[in-house]
Amino acid sequence: MKPSREQLQLMEQIQQVDFALVELTLYLDTHPQDYNAIQQFNQLAAQSKQLKSQYEQQFGPLRQFGESFSSFPWSWNESPWPWQM
Amino acid sequence: MWYYEKKLQYPVKVSECNPRLAKYLIEQYGGADGELSAALRYLNQRYSIPDKVIGLLTDIGTEEFAHLEMIAAMVYKLTKDATPEQLKEAGLGAHYANHDHALFYHDAAGNPWTATYIQAKGDPIADLYEDIAAEEKARATYQWIINMSDDPCLNDSLKFLREREIVHSQRFREAVEILKQEQNRKHIF
Repeated sequence: MKPSREQLQLMEQIQQVDFALVELTLYLDTHPQDYNAIQQFNQLAAQSKQLKSQYEQQFGPLRQFGESFSSFPWSWNESPWPWQM
Repeated sequence: MWYYEKKLQYPVKVSECNPRLAKYLIEQYGGADGELSAALRYLNQRYSIPDKVIGLLTDIGTEEFAHLEMIAAMVYKLTKDATPEQLKEAGLGAHYANHDHALFYHDAAGNPWTATYIQAKGDPIADLYEDIAAEEKARATYQWIINMSDDPCLNDSLKFLREREIVHSQRFREAVEILKQEQNRKHIF
């Protein structure tokens, strides 16, 4: 199943925020005393959670093993998977 | 433990079916300096590295699996519509004979992945210097593949991955400095 334009756009927003979080995580691993970076990290973590909850309500769960809630029926194994998008 | 997320770290788009490019790209999938080697190297070294850098090895190792998935997505998209004839012309006839359209952990020349590509010496400086070298070799490999690719969509994703190698290399260099400082501190009584 082809993803909608809307799904791709929201996914891209998540990818942007999550990339900043990956980058900040690695930076903080070697600069644990940078207060401003930690503030930025926490702000972006909140933003990421908010975007993902919006995405999951429309397009289904992003994570499993209980990291995402499920609607009925179980939709975790529905396409598209990331390499199909 | 790990959680899978149904999302690529960075979007992967390709302009057209191009099995020739996929053949070169597989170097970063199952090659010596590829993403599989990177992920397995760091996530294995972390058990015996000093506490100060365990977090960094865990996080970079985890990011490498996201890169491995991006390479897989590229190879998948470049080859999924290729006919056996097209695969043969692209030099993937031997791959097709063994794997059809499946991906496999081998390098661009078809050599299967082997654990001899990676090392865990138990010596933190030796391990981190290997990691820095691995990142620089992977960066160079991305550059050589970009030099041969005429797909602007694919090159966008490849340039993202090339930049990540630079960042990882820098972080590992900082880890070496952190360990050196620790070592010096312990000598002062």
